[in-house]
Amino acid sequence: MLEETIYRVLIGGAFVSAFAVLSDLLKPKSFAGLFSAAPSVALASLGLALVAEGKSYAAIEARSMTAGAIAFVVYASCIRWVMLRYKLPALQVALMAVPLWLAAALGLWFAFLK
Amino acid sequence: MKIRLNFSALRLTTKREYAIRFIVGGTVTALAGVVSKKFGPGIGGMFLAFPAIFPASATLIEKHEKERKQREGLKGGRSGRTAAGYDASGAAMGSAGLFVFAVLVWRLLPAYTAWAVLIGATFVWLAVSLAIWRILAKNGKNSAS
Repeated sequence: MLEETIYRVLIGGAFVSAFAVLSDLLKPKSFAGLFSAAPSVALASLGLALVAEGKSYAAIEARSMTAGAIAFVVYASCIRWVMLRYKLPALQVALMAVPLWLAAALGLWFAFLK
Repeated sequence: MKIRLNFSALRLTTKREYAIRFIVGGTVTALAGVVSKKFGPGIGGMFLAFPAIFPASATLIEKHEKERKQREGLKGGRSGRTAAGYDASGAAMGSAGLFVFAVLVWRLLPAYTAWAVLIGATFVWLAVSLAIWRILAKNGKNSAS
């Protein structure tokens, strides 16, 4: 379990960092923002799930990921709206909106995927 | 609107900031695995689309834009917030692509070679996100920053 967790940290960190560097390099910022929603965690997690648990397990994870992705659209749209209207720091807004992502993802999962 | 590569932006990011992104990304991937093991892949799978890097990226963009304006003798607070807002706008478009990525992996993985599905779905994620961005850019819904 510990060994798998270490693999996850290393592989997940590498994927997320690679997409983050791409995001840094690109302009304009609305385009670079695409890479903030890159499938970095998904590629690392699905790859590891495929090796450890097989295709069926990874496919179930991908099915639930659809709810997380729609919740991400809601989360990012809400942050955009707040950032362009109010004088609040980005970190504060992004962290305060995480419960919104969680609520939207869980709500969609219970409503359509359970 | 033209897409440009700005290599000088890499110098603005400190080693500490790179380390934070690596640790946050790794931690979220590990947490997604722990949730899947404890509650099953149905619940854990949602965290594959967790906004892992967005808070750190938006903060960096806000900070770098503010610093750039301050070097020009301006306050830069508003411009930093606007840049972070447009980054969020891009993230919303990327998330729509992420939804398509998840649907493709979910439907195709049981029948096709795993690595080909993952690579193909990643290219489709990019294509869908880029198409949405281009359509909105043409209609003036995006701003350069």
